[in-house]
Amino acid sequence: MIDAHVVVRRHGWTLDLPLTVASGEVVALLGPNGAGKTTALRALAGLVTLDGGHLAIEGEVVTHVPPARRGVGMVFQDHLLFPHLSALENVAFGPRARGARSREARATARAWLDRVGVGEYASARPRTLSGGQAQRVALARALATDPRLLLLDEPLAALDARTRLTVRSDLRRHLGGYAGAAVLVTHDPLDAMVLADRIVVLEHGTVVQAGSPPEVARRPRTEYVARLVGLNLCRGTGHGHGVDLDGGGTLVAGGTAFGPVYAAFRPSAVAVYRERPAGSPRNVWPGRVTAVEPHGDAVRLQVDGPPAVLADCTPAAVAELDLEPGSPVWVSVKAAEVEVYPA
Amino acid sequence: MRRRERCGAVTGRIPAFLAVPALLAVAFLVLPLAGLLLRAPWRDAPRLLADPAVGAALRLSLLTATAATVLCLVLGIPLAWVLARPALRGRAALRAVVTVPLVLPPVVGGVALFTVLGRNGVAGRPLYEATGFAFPFTTAGVVLAEAFVALPFLVLSVEGALRAADRRYEEAAATLGATPWRVFRRVTLPLVAPGVAAGAVLCWARALGEFGATITFAGNFPGRTQTMPLAVYQALEGADPRAAVLLSVLLLAVSVAVLALLRDRWVSRL
Repeated sequence: MIDAHVVVRRHGWTLDLPLTVASGEVVALLGPNGAGKTTALRALAGLVTLDGGHLAIEGEVVTHVPPARRGVGMVFQDHLLFPHLSALENVAFGPRARGARSREARATARAWLDRVGVGEYASARPRTLSGGQAQRVALARALATDPRLLLLDEPLAALDARTRLTVRSDLRRHLGGYAGAAVLVTHDPLDAMVLADRIVVLEHGTVVQAGSPPEVARRPRTEYVARLVGLNLCRGTGHGHGVDLDGGGTLVAGGTAFGPVYAAFRPSAVAVYRERPAGSPRNVWPGRVTAVEPHGDAVRLQVDGPPAVLADCTPAAVAELDLEPGSPVWVSVKAAEVEVYPA
Repeated sequence: MRRRERCGAVTGRIPAFLAVPALLAVAFLVLPLAGLLLRAPWRDAPRLLADPAVGAALRLSLLTATAATVLCLVLGIPLAWVLARPALRGRAALRAVVTVPLVLPPVVGGVALFTVLGRNGVAGRPLYEATGFAFPFTTAGVVLAEAFVALPFLVLSVEGALRAADRRYEEAAATLGATPWRVFRRVTLPLVAPGVAAGAVLCWARALGEFGATITFAGNFPGRTQTMPLAVYQALEGADPRAAVLLSVLLLAVSVAVLALLRDRWVSRL
């Protein structure tokens, strides 16, 4: 396992990330661009010097150990396969650097290439490989050194959508079979959900949320996470079934809540009307449409409030209600659809 | 339509105010070489070239130019590496120092070498007192003089290649457990190999043609310090100017042959 506290200061900006990862566990650092994810990863690898904190891998403090002697494997975003070496030589590079004989290193490399499914490209130069193949070679190269900590920087970002799908599931399998601790950086929530056992969300260099993928997906704690997982998120004060929202307005939830809470609900749980709906939905408020965008096979509306929400409608409903930016509407959410949890 | 005509005017024809000087420049470069070939005493060539002094000068030239290039590679690549570090303080000053031999008259370089490595020089005197050896007027002196004027060509070429290379490959190598020496040897050097080759060829060509610093620092002793350019000079001043033309042609042929041999392989960027 690793026990780390990564502190890196840049002008006007501090990365402060406490992080423990158990052996066999995969942690995803999720966050917007500039949140400090890659800096954190480079600090764990030893490529960036810590300005504070520490790093211990399996109990051994390696805070000031240079990258070559940390026992850390890294898969870089654009793979960084050595262009002058074949795929096999790339993978054999690590074992060779760690003192293996040439023949032995090549055998190790060949086994790893086979294992990640690119054995037939052993003698290919990196520039002749496709993105998916290069990614696999890069993974094999990192794993061939038998690292205690595996770092992956946006491992799927350089791939096109179709390759991504297969490489993602293969990567999941390889991470499942990897015994050490793994940390992966991504800005794609799907990658994080599929690949990680635990998600740590970084914003502006600080951890804003950490938890299992379902937990993060169901109970986002920041606007950024809520947007990523596609939920409406409001913050407020609960008193029983009602929540007074900080931004104005009230929501009634299925459960009860007291004190500072978050309330989250899906855009598809929001109904939009031209007239105030009859009957008794308890959460009803007027608003104005501010944007209309296609979203999958639905249409996503932005409606100001308070509270401002995203609402998913069918294209037919949008046409029937004649909705466009500026249209005044009524919005309703069923109380049972509102998930309330402590802030 | 009108727009297309204007584009055509810009991309298609070369305007006269550029074409004429450009042609003159080509003529200026090519005609003297053609003159060399035309006026060379081809009929007497076998006799003139059979002179043992010619063979000695050619051998010495090739030997010293190659030795100077090796010296430049050994010293210049590390210097280029240091210069290419973005975080280096005082890099502008260091770079200026490296560039000095480029703009310095070679004779001045020779005199400068003399003041340092001459028998009474700053470093030359202790060396002479300790070992009885002094660089001036020796073949080793020729190599030093040539290396002095040729080093900047190598350093600037390799520095440019290092700057253009993606240094993150070195980081990748480090995470794989490579020592700095291994990173340099197995990753950095191969990445900049074309730049090193180009620099070495420029360096070698400059060393082969070196005259001023050599004659000042090492003198003009046949068999010991008389390289081809010096032999050409002596022939032109002395009994047989036609021999000077022939030696020049020989030197030209050797340079062109080496460039042509290396070009396809490594020096496509030249």
